[in-house]
Amino acid sequence: MNTAKDFRHPLKRARGLGSAQSGVSHWWTQRVTAAALVFLSLWFVVTVLSVLHADYATARAIVAKPWNALLLVAFVLTVCWHAVLGLQIVIEDYVHTRWKEVSLLVLVKFIAVLGTLATLMAVLRVALGA
Amino acid sequence: MAEFSLPKNSKVQPGKHYPAKDAKKPRTFRIYRWTPDDGQNPRIDTYEVDLAACGPMVLDALLKIKNEIDSTLTLRRSCREGICGSCAMNIDGTNTLACTKAIEDCASGDVKIYPLPHMPVVKDLVPDLTHFYAQFASIKPWLRTQSPAPADKERLQSPEDRKKLDGLYECILCACCSTSCPSYWWNGDRYLGPAILLQAYRWIVDSRDEDTGARLDDLEDPFKLYRCHTIMNCARTCPKGLNPAKAIAEIKKLIVERRT
Repeated sequence: MNTAKDFRHPLKRARGLGSAQSGVSHWWTQRVTAAALVFLSLWFVVTVLSVLHADYATARAIVAKPWNALLLVAFVLTVCWHAVLGLQIVIEDYVHTRWKEVSLLVLVKFIAVLGTLATLMAVLRVALGA
Repeated sequence: MAEFSLPKNSKVQPGKHYPAKDAKKPRTFRIYRWTPDDGQNPRIDTYEVDLAACGPMVLDALLKIKNEIDSTLTLRRSCREGICGSCAMNIDGTNTLACTKAIEDCASGDVKIYPLPHMPVVKDLVPDLTHFYAQFASIKPWLRTQSPAPADKERLQSPEDRKKLDGLYECILCACCSTSCPSYWWNGDRYLGPAILLQAYRWIVDSRDEDTGARLDDLEDPFKLYRCHTIMNCARTCPKGLNPAKAIAEIKKLIVERRT
C-alpha cells in the first residue's frame, strides 16, 4: 500500500500499466474446452472401463480403431489445453514472487507440450501400427 | 506467494474486558482493536452491553460503547440508515453495514466485529480505502459522450432503458463485496473487484453513455476483469442485495459479443 514517502497519486497506482486489451480469448477458450471435455471425458471413462479387464492385444486393438484414436487424440489435446489455461490462472492468483510466477508459467507450458506430444506419439504408434 | 498466516506484528492478542454492571439484558461484543501509535499488536477487546438500554442495530451498540464505555473505539459512520456505506465492517463473520445489521440477527454467543478483511487498517474498525476509491476513479464513472448536449434539456432515456440501471444504481460503494472477494484479497492491486466492476457496468449499460467500446477496452485485461472466478461472495454479502457477479458476467458477455 501507499507508504509515507510515496509521492505518487493513488490514481497512478490504480491505473497501473493500463489494460492489456486481452484476456477474452483465454476466458472463452477455457469455457469451450470445458464444454468439449464434458463429452470427451464421458467417452474416455467409458472407453477406459471397457479395456479395464481386456488383455494387451484387445486393448491395443480398441485404441487402434480410427474413431477411438481420433477421440483419444482430441481428448488429450483438449485436457492439456484446458489444464494449461487453468493452471495459469492458479499461478497468477497465488504466486506473487515475479520470477517464480514467470518460471512456473513457462514450466507448465513446457510440461504440457511434452506431455501432449508424448501421448500423441503413443496413440499414433498404436493407431498406425508402427 | 499468497500469505495464509498473519505476520508476527499482526497476530491478534486477547485484549481488555469491560463487564456490564447490573445489566438486564447483557450481550458481549468482541471487537478488533489496533492503533498505529503504540507499536502493539492488534487485540480483541470484550465489551458487555445492556441491550435493554440500547438501540436494535449493531451500530447502536458500537456507539453506546464509544459514548459510555470506551471513547477510544474508532469507527466510521454517518447516515445510520444504510445509504452512505461508511459503517461497513465484518460483523458475525460477514461484511455488512453496522447500521442495518440487527443485533438479534447475529449468531448466538458473542458478536464478533472486525474491520473489512484484507485491507490496511488505519485504526480499529477503520480500513484504508484509498486504493479502492482510486480504482473507482480509474473507470471514469461519469457520463461520457461524443454527441453535443441537447440544448435546454437533459439527455433523455426511455423507461425500459432506465430499468436496466436497477440493481446497479443502488450501489453505495461500501466495499463489503470487494473485501469479501478472495480474488480481490490476493490481487487487489490490479483486480478492480466486484464493486468497481458493477459500477463500470452501470455506465456500460447506460443508454445515454457513448463510450461503451472504450470502457470495454479498458476492462479487457487478465487482471482488471478476468480475476473474477465467480466465487459469488460479493452477491452473498452485499448489504443492499445487489449482484455484482452478474454485472461482471454481463461485461464478459459483451466483450465476447463484440468479437463474434
